[in-house]
Amino acid sequence: MASTLTDAALKPAAPTLTDAGRFLASRLRQIGIFVALLVIVTLFQVLTAGKLLQPDNVSNIIVQNSYILLLAIGMVMIIVAGHIDLSVGSVAAFVGAMSGIMIQDWNMPWWLAFTASLVIGGLVGAWQGFWVAYMGIPAFIVTLAGMLVFRGLTQITLENRRITGFPAEYRQLGGGFLFPGLFPADTNILDWTTVGLGVLAAGLLIGSQLRGRATRAKLKLDDEPMAWFATKLAFGAVVILGLTYLLASSRSGTPIVLVVLGLLVVTYSAVMGNSVFGRHIYARGGNLQAAQLSGVNTKKIDFYLFVNMGVLAALAGLIFTGRLNSAGPGAGNLFELDAIAAAFIGGAAVTGGVGTVIGAITGGLIMGVLNNGMSLLGVGSDYQQFIKGMVLLLAVGFDVFNKRRASSALK
Amino acid sequence: MTEHILEMRGISKTFPGVKALSDVNLAVSRGEVHAICGENGAGKSTLMKVLSGVYPHGTYEGDIRFESVAVSFKDIKDSEHSGIVIIHQELALSPYLSVAENIFLGNERSSRGFIDWNETNVEAAKLLKRVGLTLNPVVRAGDIGVGKQQLVEIAKALSKNVKLLILDEPTAALNDEDSAHLLGLVKGLRDEGVTSIIISHKLNEIRAIADSVTILRDGRTIETLSLHDGSVTEDRIIKGMVGRELKNRYPERTPSIGDEILRVEDWTVHHPQEHSRVVVDRANLSVRAGEIVGIAGLMGAGRTELAMSIFGRSYGSNISGKLYKDGKEISARTVSEAIRHGIAYATEDRKRYGLNLLDDIKRNISGAALGKLARRGWVDSGREAVVAGGYRTSMNIKAPSVTSVTGKLSGGNQQKVVLSKWMFADPDVLILDEPTRGIDVGAKYEIYTIINSLAAQGKAVVVISSELPELLGICDRIYTLAEGSITAEVPIGEATPELLMQHMTKEKD
Repeated sequence: MASTLTDAALKPAAPTLTDAGRFLASRLRQIGIFVALLVIVTLFQVLTAGKLLQPDNVSNIIVQNSYILLLAIGMVMIIVAGHIDLSVGSVAAFVGAMSGIMIQDWNMPWWLAFTASLVIGGLVGAWQGFWVAYMGIPAFIVTLAGMLVFRGLTQITLENRRITGFPAEYRQLGGGFLFPGLFPADTNILDWTTVGLGVLAAGLLIGSQLRGRATRAKLKLDDEPMAWFATKLAFGAVVILGLTYLLASSRSGTPIVLVVLGLLVVTYSAVMGNSVFGRHIYARGGNLQAAQLSGVNTKKIDFYLFVNMGVLAALAGLIFTGRLNSAGPGAGNLFELDAIAAAFIGGAAVTGGVGTVIGAITGGLIMGVLNNGMSLLGVGSDYQQFIKGMVLLLAVGFDVFNKRRASSALK
Repeated sequence: MTEHILEMRGISKTFPGVKALSDVNLAVSRGEVHAICGENGAGKSTLMKVLSGVYPHGTYEGDIRFESVAVSFKDIKDSEHSGIVIIHQELALSPYLSVAENIFLGNERSSRGFIDWNETNVEAAKLLKRVGLTLNPVVRAGDIGVGKQQLVEIAKALSKNVKLLILDEPTAALNDEDSAHLLGLVKGLRDEGVTSIIISHKLNEIRAIADSVTILRDGRTIETLSLHDGSVTEDRIIKGMVGRELKNRYPERTPSIGDEILRVEDWTVHHPQEHSRVVVDRANLSVRAGEIVGIAGLMGAGRTELAMSIFGRSYGSNISGKLYKDGKEISARTVSEAIRHGIAYATEDRKRYGLNLLDDIKRNISGAALGKLARRGWVDSGREAVVAGGYRTSMNIKAPSVTSVTGKLSGGNQQKVVLSKWMFADPDVLILDEPTRGIDVGAKYEIYTIINSLAAQGKAVVVISSELPELLGICDRIYTLAEGSITAEVPIGEATPELLMQHMTKEKD
């Protein structure tokens, strides 16, 4: 026995994946959200007689929802750890206001104001993280207070005015496009920058996935069936290239904010999946005591999660302010609720421990497409709210129902 | 002593995979104090849950006759209606409600849906007087001591016109003075005609107040003894409790014992909330390389508290004493420090403290030593899967793949995941708390084999267990723990169940 234990680590496990039907069923929760997005896009594409997927409208959906998607990244991490953050809308507004004051009142260059704004966001996060992690106040309370405190501070610092006239460089982040002057807007040829980026992104996706699979094969580990792997890859590539085609044929090409968002999604997905920090977040949210008894410093995790959320909220504030070219006292109102809804629609568990960045982004896109599609159809905001509320409830209800079925099947 | 208030005949109760009770008989005479004795897991609490309707009629076999009538209780409410009230070991008072509100909870003194506060408080005061408490009934239950809370529970039982009072380990959390008061009260109630069943590990208490004692072992009735003539000694009761034969349920092992690895000196731990309550009292113990050391103690003796306080002070407050690792004094004030010093603790409650049940096998296995798989903060998932796959094979974890979620595994396989986690952390000292709790016999043998191989690798292993045969079967040396103190250190050659049980039930001087 002793010898088997020591060389145990070298022995590979035999592959055991069988039965395609059961396999798909087990992946249902994973792919369900993408299927839902696809269904909604198709539905509105038909209902709006093709207006939804018109190039300029697609570009519009991305830019309009970018700050919510960005907040959803930080939010899903907070939710996986078992917390919540109600303050992000107010924090975004506060940072937007501060950036306006730094630029307009203190005449700072835009890049310095940017950096300082992100630092302010981090400090705000550190403040809230301190109360949550080290004082043991529930995040719901800390961030509910933060929501009021930073909304108040926004109004105090702005002295009830609205700052406008931001420099062009500042506005690029929220409303700019990559090399817009490279091709004349009316030539109607594909924007080659966009095409290049799209092909690059698709290539990187396929390359990294193939390399991962090759490594797993070399280590003789279990892997997904080839058919499933290929389908997933093809689907991902088609989505990226399709989006590329649409954006390339739009009036302005690739929004800068999409590039920022894309980089953040890739980075944070990696952090959540493969970094020690990310793994400790799941451990903390899945079972706090077990994590602590495994030597995880859960307080530190909590603290840095809120710092991270603060920085992302600051970035969202900069994007939003730049896009509107205005920092006002009411900016960012209810952003937190959209971000929370995105995370939950995307499969995050209310009790913590479960959730992914890609899921939250997809959840955010579902909300975004619903908004946009209903607006195109001329549905009033009253009905829009009603429908969005029902979607949230049904999505989480479906999730809970699914889980209950799975756990009762065990008994 | 002719009329029986309660007769339970041929009671059997099966849980999935375990027969908790088989053909148990219990007869309690009207107006007596009847004690029930047995080791942990002998079936005492299960029997009382059958009686009180926690396990409703139809989920067990056998007959219950109460006051000469066959009864079939659907739930606790039903049994309380007949006059059977159970007071559990864990007190069930709501700390934010007043004493009076607690007494009449679910049984409120009210008219037309409104609480009659005057009647509530006056009646409560009368009941409190009956149990010998002079206490304002409007005081919050959380603000009074554990001893008084226990008495409030009894007052609550009296408010329900109790005929048969069941007390499950009533003095486990009480100091001597409160215990004496409570036992006096039980005697007083007997004189008023209330019959009591008392479950207790403290044999001197049983001898002092019980009229007869029924002994359970392995889910069976062994015997019922009358305590009236004083001929039944504590040793006689112990013999009944432990007298089971030891079969060859433990793998063979030839110990090769090396130098001392861990030594604990004068280790004193206080309760995490009640800072004045001593939970572990000046404990001294040591364990050597290649040695398997057992810690035997009854429930509430402080076994888990001792282990967790050593493991990075994850339990308790005001901890004092010294820890020596390889002869040098160390400080392990946090769990990660303890792990760095090569100490590991596998919990008795793996679902609550041991595993992330939402996550898969490989990530649970890597959980305590993720740093070993990471470079600059990034985890090598490929190597992680390889490592986990290795443990799955060597530990015989029965699961389709290392990506299976641990929440779906059986208890034995979950325990193997916990052990794999700590083996991957590669500690020098492993403290295993109830490593075979809730695991079927076959898997137990596998766990023992793993424990033996750990010792064979030169690790120091400490096993905490409620099952004496298990400790006798696998250990080289056994410490006994009673009320937070180490009462004896017994080499395996001298250890017998009777001797250990004597030390485990020893009262503090």
